[in-house]
Amino acid sequence: MNVLKIAGITFMEARWRKVAWAIILLGLAFLLVFTVGFYFMWRDMSRVYDIASVRMLEPVNFFVLAGMYGVSFLSVVLALLVSIDTIAGEITSGTIQTLVTKPLRRWEVVIGKWLGLAVMLSLFIVVMCSSLIGIVWTITRYLPPNPLAGILLIALEGLVVLTLSILGGTRLPALANGVVVFMLYGLAFIAGWIEQIGAMLRNEAAVNTGIVVSLLVPSEAMWKRAAYLMQPPFLSNLGLDATPFGAASTPSPLMVGYAALYVVAALAIAVRLFSRRDL
Amino acid sequence: MMLIETHDLRKAYGDLVAVQGLNLAVGAGEVFGFLGPNGAGKTTTIKMLLGLVHPTSGEAFVLERRPGESQAMARIGFLPEHFRFPPWLTAYNFMDMHGQLYGLNAAERRARIPLLLERVGLGGRSQSRLGEFSKGMQQRVGLAQALLNHPSLVFLDEPTSGLDPLGRYEVREIIRDLRSQGVTVFLNSHYLSEVEVTCDRVGIVKGGRLVRVGTVDELTTGSNRIEIRASGLTEAVLAGLTQWGQVHTAGEPVNGIQRLLLDVSGEDVLPQVASYLLQGGAQIYALAPQRPSLEELFMRVMSEEPA
Repeated sequence: MNVLKIAGITFMEARWRKVAWAIILLGLAFLLVFTVGFYFMWRDMSRVYDIASVRMLEPVNFFVLAGMYGVSFLSVVLALLVSIDTIAGEITSGTIQTLVTKPLRRWEVVIGKWLGLAVMLSLFIVVMCSSLIGIVWTITRYLPPNPLAGILLIALEGLVVLTLSILGGTRLPALANGVVVFMLYGLAFIAGWIEQIGAMLRNEAAVNTGIVVSLLVPSEAMWKRAAYLMQPPFLSNLGLDATPFGAASTPSPLMVGYAALYVVAALAIAVRLFSRRDL
Repeated sequence: MMLIETHDLRKAYGDLVAVQGLNLAVGAGEVFGFLGPNGAGKTTTIKMLLGLVHPTSGEAFVLERRPGESQAMARIGFLPEHFRFPPWLTAYNFMDMHGQLYGLNAAERRARIPLLLERVGLGGRSQSRLGEFSKGMQQRVGLAQALLNHPSLVFLDEPTSGLDPLGRYEVREIIRDLRSQGVTVFLNSHYLSEVEVTCDRVGIVKGGRLVRVGTVDELTTGSNRIEIRASGLTEAVLAGLTQWGQVHTAGEPVNGIQRLLLDVSGEDVLPQVASYLLQGGAQIYALAPQRPSLEELFMRVMSEEPA
C-alpha cells in the first residue's frame, strides 16, 4: 500500500538524515540525567522519611510529572522540527515534483508522511515515558496512577502539533510554518496557565479564555489531563495548581475526543489543500 | 495512437496567462521538442500534463488518461527542470527509493539500478552521496530515475542543463535509444541544435501560445531560397534568373565562381534553374536549397509573432 510505502520512506529518511540517531542518543542523555537526579533526591529523602510513608508520595510523584512534562515538551518540539520541512520544504526545493509524479495519489503522500512521523514521534513518547516510569518504579517501587492513559494523552498532544505542522506545510513556506505552529503552541501553553490560575481564583472569564484557546489548539489541554490523571487525588489539594501540573481546571474526557477529532479534521484539510494546490 | 493530447488547455495565474488555448497531439514513439523563450509556458505545460499544475480550463490526456492518474503515472518518467536531491542519500539509495515508489520489487530494483547508473555514466558512484555530486552528475542521476519504470512516455525538462559537451552527447544517445525502443519523449530544451538533431517534431511556443508545430523539415522549408555557385554567368543569364524570383549577389566572385542567392517559389524549380544555367553556358559548382537552421527559424518566429 502506497501510504505505508511513503511512511516507510519517511521513517528511513529520518535515519538517513541522522535524526533518528540524534533522538536516540539525546533521549538516553535525558533519561540518564533524570535517573541520576532522581536517585540522589530519593536517597536523601529516604534518610529523613520512612520510605513507606504517604509523605514520600508527594515529591516522588512531583518528580515523575516533572520528567513527563520534560518528555511532553520535547515531543512537541520534536513534532515541530521533524515536520516543518516535510512538505513545505519539499515544495520549495522541488523534490516533491519527483514524488507526486510517481503512481501515487496526493492524499497518500500526505497521509504517508504524517504516518511515518506520527509513528516515530509516538515511539519516542512511549519509550521515553515508559522508561521514566520504569526508572522511578525500579528505585522506589512507586507507580503513578493511570500511566497508560497519561502516556497516550502526551502522544496525542504531540500528534496535535505534528498534524498542525503538516497542515501548515501544505500552504506555508517551512520557516513561516514553523513560526506559526510554535506560536500557536505557545498560545495554548499560556492559555493553559490562564485557565489554571483563573480556576484557582474562581475567575470565570479567565477560565473561558483558556477553554476557547484550547479548542483552537488542544495540545496543552492533553498535557493538563495527563497530569491530572497521573497524580493521586489527594495531591491535587496540595497547592500544585500554580505549576505546570496543576489540575484546578481539568479538561474533560470530551476534550480528549475533541483533540482526536481535531487531528483527523486537520489531516483531512491538509490532504484537501495539498491535492488542490499547484506544485 | 496519441500519447499526449490537449484541447484548448489554458492556465492563468490571476491576470498572467501562462498557457493559452494549447492544442497539441504527440504520437507514440515520437521525440517531440517543445521550444520557447523563458516564460513562454513550456514548464507550466509539462506540469499540467503531469498533474502537478491544475489547468484553468481545457483538458489534457496523457496515455489516454487524465494527468496525474496513477495508471498513467506508472508508465511515465519525468526529469524536472530544477531537479533537487536529498543530499544525504547515496545514488543507489535514491534510485532504490524511487524504484519503490514506482512499485518495482526488490529483485527488479537490484537488477535495474546498476544498469541505469552505468547507462548515465555513474556506474562507479552508486555509493557516493548526492551531496557530493556536481550539477551534471545530479542531472544524470535524475535522468536515470526517470527511466526506472521502463516508461512508455518520458518528460525531460532541460535534460542537458549543466552538462558538459560529452554529457550532452550521452543524453542525446539515450534519447535516441529510447526512440529506438518505441518510447515517446517530450523534450523541453533551450539547446536548439540538440532539438534539431534529436526530435522528430517540434512545437514552438511564445507567450503561452503554440505558434509553430511540425517536423524540423516542415518548419525549416518554405524560406524558398536557393544557393547557386557558378562561373560563366553572363548579364543576360543573370537577368533571366529573375523569372523565378529576386536574385541576391553574395560577395565578389572567387576564382571566377560567383555565389548567388535566388528566391524561388519552391524547391521543385531546382531542375529548371539547373537546365537554364547549363543552357546559358554557365558551369555549376553548387545548386542547393537554402534552409534556415532551427535556430534561425526560432529567432524569426520570435521576432515575427506577437507577444
